[in-house]
This record gives sequence, C-alpha cells and structure tokens, in this order.
Amino acid sequence: MEALYREAILDHYKHPRHKGHLASPDLHFHDHNPFCGDEITIELKVENGVVVDAAFDGRGCAISQATASMLMEEIVGKPLDELKQIDKEYILEMLGIEIGPVRLKCALLPLKVLKASVWGLDEWPE
Amino acid sequence: MTESTLFPTALADTARLRQDFPILQRFIGKKPLVYLDNAATSQKPTAVLQALDDYYRCHNANVHRGVHTLSEEATASYEGARTRIARFINAPSDKQVIFTRGTTEGINLVAHTWGRANLKPGDEVLITAMEHHSNIVPWQILQEQVGFTLRHIPITPEGLLDLSQLDQLLTERTKLLSFVHASNVLGTINPVHELVAAARRVGAKILVDGAQSVPHMPVDVQALDVDFFVFSSHKMCGPTGIGVLYGKRALLEAMPPWMGGGDMIREVKLSGSKWNTLPYKFEAGTPAIAEAIGLGAAVDYLTAVGMDWVREHEQQLTRYAYARLSQIEGLRILGPGPEARGGLIAFTLGDVHPHDLSAVLDSEGIAIRAGHHCAQPVHDHYGVVASARASFYLYNTRKEVDQLAAALEKANTIFAL
Repeated sequence: MEALYREAILDHYKHPRHKGHLASPDLHFHDHNPFCGDEITIELKVENGVVVDAAFDGRGCAISQATASMLMEEIVGKPLDELKQIDKEYILEMLGIEIGPVRLKCALLPLKVLKASVWGLDEWPE
Repeated sequence: MTESTLFPTALADTARLRQDFPILQRFIGKKPLVYLDNAATSQKPTAVLQALDDYYRCHNANVHRGVHTLSEEATASYEGARTRIARFINAPSDKQVIFTRGTTEGINLVAHTWGRANLKPGDEVLITAMEHHSNIVPWQILQEQVGFTLRHIPITPEGLLDLSQLDQLLTERTKLLSFVHASNVLGTINPVHELVAAARRVGAKILVDGAQSVPHMPVDVQALDVDFFVFSSHKMCGPTGIGVLYGKRALLEAMPPWMGGGDMIREVKLSGSKWNTLPYKFEAGTPAIAEAIGLGAAVDYLTAVGMDWVREHEQQLTRYAYARLSQIEGLRILGPGPEARGGLIAFTLGDVHPHDLSAVLDSEGIAIRAGHHCAQPVHDHYGVVASARASFYLYNTRKEVDQLAAALEKANTIFAL
C-alpha cells in the first residue's frame, strides 16, 4: 500500500499546489472520467509560447489529484512545444510508483486534460 | 451437487458453507481474500462449477433441435433448469420464465416489446430516484422514440421512497410503474405490496427489478402480484450471461417478439412468419445453455441452504456491520438503518475518495465496490460523487466485518487530512 500512496503523492493530495483558477487563462480544458467520476480542469497562462502560470481544479482520488498537482509544478516555465512531448512514461516517472491498469486512467486524466489545453482543443477527438 | 452442500437448513453454518466456494481459499498478496462485493457479483459454489463442466464435458449439444442423444440430454438439462427456477420464484408455469442475458436485458425486453406496443405520447412511466441505470436508461431511450413522459418517485433524506406525493405521481396517465425491489446502493427494501396496490388502483402495469432481492431473500412472484419481474444469475451463485424475465402469461402472450431468429418462430416463409409459443417467442438464437444449467444448479444450491436462512444470516451480519462501521470516525452510511435494509452498506469516509479507499482495502485482501454503482441519481441525492460499498452474502462472517473495520481505520490514518 505504501508503494501506491508514497509520501510525496499523499503530500500533493493533501496540499495541492496551483489549485484554483487563473484570472484570465489563455488555454484551458476540462474533462472527467465517466467510470469513476474524477474531474480535472487545467488553465494555462502563456507568454511567447511559454507557460508562465498554471492552475488546476477538480475532484477525485488521490492519484488523479496528486498527479495534476505535481504536473502543475512541472510545467510552469516550460514551452508549449515541450509539453506536447509529455507522455505516459513521463507521468509514471514523475509519480514514482508502480501503478496497475485500473488506476492508470486516474494518473492519465490530468495528462489528457493538459494535452488538450496545450493543443487548444475544444473537445477531445474521438 | 456435492455432498457438502446437502445439509439440512437448520445445520447450515458459514464455516461449512465457505468450503463450497473454492475461490474463498484464495489469497490477495499475502492476505486471505475477504470478498465483500457480492452486490456486484457473487462467487460460485463447486456445485455450479461442476454443472458447467459436466455439461461441456459430457452433454454439449444444441437444444430444441437434432434428434440425437446429446441434444436430447442438453434440452432436458436446459428445460429442467427452467422448471427449477420457476419453482424457486413460485412462477405458476415454466412458460413464464424467459431466459435473458440478465436484469438489464430483461428490462430492455419489456421496454422494446410491451413498451413499444403500449406506450404513446401523453402516457407516463413512473420509476424511482433510487433506480440502477438499467431501469432508467431503457425508458429514456424509448421515451425519445415514442414521446411518453418519464417521472420518478423521490427519496426521503433517510433513503426510503417518499410516497407522500404518490397520488400526484401515479395517476390514470401512468401506464407502467417500474421500480427496484432492493436498492443496490441504499440497501432499501421497497414496499412492493403497497406500490402494487397503488398501481392497480390506476390500472398501471408493474415491473420489479429483483437483481438485489432474489439472491438474498425468499421471493414469490405470485404473492407479490407483479406483472414483470427481472433478475440476474451471476448475483445468486450462478454464471454470468444469463438472467430471467418473469411475466404474467396474458401480457407475455400479447407482447410482440423482440429479437427475431431461430427458435423463436413456429413457421417461417419468405412472405411472413408466425411466432413460437412462450417462452421461446422471446428466446431467439441458440441460448446460453450452459449458463442456464449453471443457474439451475445455483438455485438448487440456494434452495438446499434455504433462502430464509440466507436472509436471516445477512440481516444479522448487516446489523453487526452497521454498528461496527458507525463507530469509525468520519464514516457516513448512505441509506436507512439496519432493520430496513438488505445485506449491503454503502458509505463515505471523510474526504477519502472511494477509489483510494478501495485500493487500501485491496492491500488488506478486502474486495469492496467503489464508484457510483451505476446509480448516479442516488449519489446526486446525497451530494456525493461516489461511495464505497460493502455487500454481504451467505458465506461472509463477522470476522470479515471486523477486518473491514480495521482496514477502514488504517485508511483513516493514511489519508488523515
């Protein structure tokens, strides 16, 4: 159990960073997981192609919410082009835990929302 | 049936019962399995596993066709299962026991045949706010196509049906009252007799979703006097992929068929066809033969244990669990008190997300359900996104409830905010 809920994840879950909303975001996206009801919204402030501020809001399990919180810390100061390269392995490395197929979707929801924000999508392409 | 299942009801005890379920010997990691997700699906006794194995090894053939020994044996086993299931729910005739894929398909069958033939704009279908999605969505789909009005009976704060406005909701416009016998989230057992009497006064037909009642208590469809009753095999010790629609004979005979194909016809000509008699009119194609036989074995098993014993066992366990869980800090139980409920308890624990809770419990070998349990409107009623649910069956013990309580205390420590 301690393997899944390592200290850093619980810390981000209990004390989320960048949680809330930006005054006037340039990019934003919202999505939820219909199976578990987890919700994530991400807002980005962008200057010259670089993320200068980021915020997330949402509700859900420790994995999804901690992932979003950690991701916010990772992306501020990075160019959008670099964020487009973030993949599943990046997220798993950031979390530093073994994660089974069922909980993987919890960890990947913030990534999906981030990708859609970065690409400026209105809705996720089916 | 194995010898260990052939005990007199009075001698049924959980320790012996558990030996009939091979999976209960399993370990999850280093912890023995504590299976408390029975409202999702139950485990299967050896008698059911052997019935499936025996059918495929020794008798496998298609039914109702072919004049050869295997086909005759398969047909006899398949129809024998139907007879025993009819007896189990006290249906007046085998012909009123229609095999479906499960509760969901049973409701869809009624919606597509009876509903399409009888509902028109201006009519109303009345459901409740504690329905499983399977008793909401089929009516919404049909509503879009036909144009009737779908209404619902609300829930009281304590999780019972609020019948105070029933006179306004159930009127001569109501053509069908469709409701869950025992809620899969709240555990509430609804007052069937009272609702049936009210529906009869306005001439509405009645469909009851028995997915969470038939596995856990004695059910007599004639005593309940319902028009349609549906349930699933896999929640009552039987295989997945099979369930039953019981219906009153005159209604079933008047209903048009749903799916067309082999077995459901009496005569097919290129210019037109004539339908088979009940129950085959509603059983197009090769049925789930092994699964029906498996359900027959499950019904034999439950009959041998005794459904009164099952209900009594679960009530005792639920009372105990309700008291134990109520002592846990931050734990909130959804639904009524222990006396008015079936053998399940859905709850939230502080701000801990049910999926996190379920993950902690899993690490202790305990299987529960986490999520909205296919009943989002109930969760909306309580203002929560999801809940955790422990659901009991005949093989669960007080010790397992103690293990659940201890694991919940552990979750409280891990997620202490």
